[in-house]
Amino acid sequence: MEQTFPRLLLDHARQRPHAPALREKELGIWQTLDWAALAALVRDLAHGFAAAGLARGQHLVVIGENRPRLYAAMLAAQSLGAIPVPLYQDAVAAEFAYPLQNAEVAFAVVEDQEQVDKLLEIRGQCPALRRIWFDDPRGLRHYAADGLASIDGLCDDGRAHAMRHPGWFEREVEAGRPGDVAAMFFTSGTTGHPKGVVHTHTSLIDRAQAGARFDRLTSDEEVLAYLPCAWIGQNVFSYAQWLACGYVVNCPESASTVSIDLKEIGPTYYFAPPRVFEGLLTSVTIRMEDAGAPKRWLFAKAMALAHRVGPALMDGKPVDAWERFKYRLGDLAIYGPLRNALGFSRVRVAYTAGEAIGPDLFSFYRSIGINLKQLYGSTETAVFVCLQPDHEAKSDTVGVPIDGVEIRLADSGEILVRSPGLLQGYYKNPAATAEVLDADGWYRTGDAGFLDAGGHLKIIDRAKDVGRLRGGAFDGAMFAPKYVENKLKFFAFVKEAVAFGDGRDRVCAFVNIDFEAVGNWAERRNLAYAGYTDLAGKPEVLALIKDCVEKVNADLAQDERLAGSQVTRFLVLHKELDADDGELTRTRKVRRGAIADKYAVLIDALYDGKASQYIETAVRFEDGRSGSVSAELRIEQAATFPPTRRAA
Amino acid sequence: MSASLTVNAAGGASAAPSGAQFQEAGNAAAPAAPAQGAVSPRSGDDAAPGRRIGGVILEVEHITLSFGGVKALNDISFDVREHEIRAIIGPNGAGKSSMLNCINGVYQPQQGDIRYRGEQVSQWSPRTRLRRMAERGVARTFQNLALFKGMSVLDNIMSGRNLHMKRHLLWQALRLGPALREEIAHREKVERIIDFLEIQAHRKTPVGGLPYGLQKRVDLGRALAMEPRVLLLDEPMAGMNVEEKQDMCRFILDVNDEFGTTIVLIEHDMGVVMDISDRVVVLDYGRKIGDGTPDEVRANPEVIRAYLGAGE
Repeated sequence: MEQTFPRLLLDHARQRPHAPALREKELGIWQTLDWAALAALVRDLAHGFAAAGLARGQHLVVIGENRPRLYAAMLAAQSLGAIPVPLYQDAVAAEFAYPLQNAEVAFAVVEDQEQVDKLLEIRGQCPALRRIWFDDPRGLRHYAADGLASIDGLCDDGRAHAMRHPGWFEREVEAGRPGDVAAMFFTSGTTGHPKGVVHTHTSLIDRAQAGARFDRLTSDEEVLAYLPCAWIGQNVFSYAQWLACGYVVNCPESASTVSIDLKEIGPTYYFAPPRVFEGLLTSVTIRMEDAGAPKRWLFAKAMALAHRVGPALMDGKPVDAWERFKYRLGDLAIYGPLRNALGFSRVRVAYTAGEAIGPDLFSFYRSIGINLKQLYGSTETAVFVCLQPDHEAKSDTVGVPIDGVEIRLADSGEILVRSPGLLQGYYKNPAATAEVLDADGWYRTGDAGFLDAGGHLKIIDRAKDVGRLRGGAFDGAMFAPKYVENKLKFFAFVKEAVAFGDGRDRVCAFVNIDFEAVGNWAERRNLAYAGYTDLAGKPEVLALIKDCVEKVNADLAQDERLAGSQVTRFLVLHKELDADDGELTRTRKVRRGAIADKYAVLIDALYDGKASQYIETAVRFEDGRSGSVSAELRIEQAATFPPTRRAA
Repeated sequence: MSASLTVNAAGGASAAPSGAQFQEAGNAAAPAAPAQGAVSPRSGDDAAPGRRIGGVILEVEHITLSFGGVKALNDISFDVREHEIRAIIGPNGAGKSSMLNCINGVYQPQQGDIRYRGEQVSQWSPRTRLRRMAERGVARTFQNLALFKGMSVLDNIMSGRNLHMKRHLLWQALRLGPALREEIAHREKVERIIDFLEIQAHRKTPVGGLPYGLQKRVDLGRALAMEPRVLLLDEPMAGMNVEEKQDMCRFILDVNDEFGTTIVLIEHDMGVVMDISDRVVVLDYGRKIGDGTPDEVRANPEVIRAYLGAGE
């Protein structure tokens, strides 16, 4: 394959010059840029960059929302062999300093005053930064900083340069090799500095095309680009695949108009992390609660039917003719209009990725006829590793390896990937590169998982958290705490869960109730309670949570590899796990070690077989005072199930 | 009353830009990005002089206005220069809104002269005064929003274009040929204002359903649609939260900066006034007790007494 992004652009411009490439809503009207006009813009920008001194192999930082001219700037940089480095537009100024220093960036193209201000603020730390071009001149008229100019000015420079150097642009594009570096993405490291992930034209284009073949994408797709293009997910969907397939990318008017623009465009191909889908569902739920009683009744009725029938229809399974008829009626009255209200009328393929998605959330979208699927990938793999085929979407797997991907499991359970889409390396960081990429080209994902009977990849946890059971009936079985905890947390009544089992003979867990959900539940049953600790200790609540745990156990028993992770005993904690008490991180992740130390007596009680345990815990209140909570916690036994082998 | 507190707050807020504050007042206060709330890092090198403040365009001389026995304004004189931001402040009932109403012709003062670009406004008959002021590019917003609640944001702002529409009713109704072309041109102007005020997401929303801060923004938008040369703002930030106030400040400064519009504003929040205005007039019970740059006004003992003593 001898393709680079600029060559793909020129091919589109030659073959179908007047087909739309980009749309942006300006002054209330969708303005279209066709491929020929885009190519002309890219040529002007490339000449402009050259006139300013940007050379092959240098980096160009791009910061801003999805804007046609920023996309063109990335293409222009690639045309002359420079490397675009998109950064997150919502980052604070200080976060730009490291990438700029690391990549010795001298040139930046940004969206507006906000980004210009941030770059000027850190200019002292980044002396290499010579030129900054902005797209939107608003508020920048009186800025007199050195090297600051508008993109319009850049284009003018470019046209002047083009007059003096005819044929230069074509020669530069011709000189680009597919193996050249195409772009660099900085990954947000949780510790230390972010790392620059270097991708070549080959790796990005190969993955983009493999994904497109998998879902039979054509040049007729419509995509709305509304997530940061510094995130490789958005970049692949609205840049790499855009050029590979030649479909239309639409840029929303502003961040606040995305839902309106979504409705107007009606994308056919859609990508969002689970939180976006969750937000959409919440807005629907809230609006339905405001509706009148008859409408609510109808909606509930229709959704119950959809829940029963929808996913099966989506998966192409046989469905009773009467049910099918009723579903069609529902589609006419409820599901169709609902899809339209969400802007999903024309969606053919929708993907979610990034985090675990709750089964209810997942099946909601599939039940109303939206082909929502999951995929697995990361910045380092150019996204596409595993995708779910149309009729095999499940909430707990992430799909099958697609074209060109090899998957292998390390002894530790870690998933290793080999594909043409792997990163070339981390920028200026051979040590980090060597850590994840071995000599045979296998990339260590850091995720633990396995391929299930149907060949679907199942991610269970971060590899470093996965442990083993020792002794007992499941000696040596894999234990993935987060997998178990997530399953528990998908119940509305469970706020947090902490599972123990590494190096032990069975799995036990702490559960935190969701005060609001359980409180509501108790009120509806006229169950009086005095506060969190009291509610958490009610026998009725324990029974409720026991029911949740046993459902999880039944689910875990479905897979023999995870059957050992069934929760045998659990207790409901008397206080909410809190970041102030050092039990959670600030981003609300469980701090397993801290909790194990603090509640050692409870863990011992769980494994000793005691029926209850007294505990007194110091707590810190929000106003800085501290106090203590004490309770006699009952320890519950949960039913477990024998493993069943299932043919998926 | 909180007046004393706001005086103190203002003192703290404007301590930073000391020297060139007259020119820079606009820049220094600009809350850079509404989303980020980050501090604008404008430093010496790019603080180019923004707008150039010109000559006097509006003169108010010895205005006295009374309602029966109540003297709302008593012998007030001040002037407004081209392109400046001029604030009128004072405790409740000081006569601030009455002053604005005199300027744009709603009230006829019993004594005194108002001259706008050399013309004697106060000599015009009450019937023509309002319209003539509007035609001469004086627009205003209202303290108690006077928007068309049932109409969309777009239509409300479009109504501000009324004076600029040339085709008569019949043409407009037919919406053909020249009338259509005219409407498209007006719509473009309105869309630019919507873009400027960042209310794209609410373009088609009925105004009555919007939060108060946004309604205020629409009110400003409608005034801007007149393409005014002088903008009279009656408490543009009343009832807003801090973030909405920051946004509104930025829009006012941007209007002033981008279009060179002269702005006369009434405001309660001293911090805001001191940050964004070039010169301030202080009224108290219908009298003028201070006039000058924010620093001068802040140091004026009579102003301090009025504010500290005005608490009830």
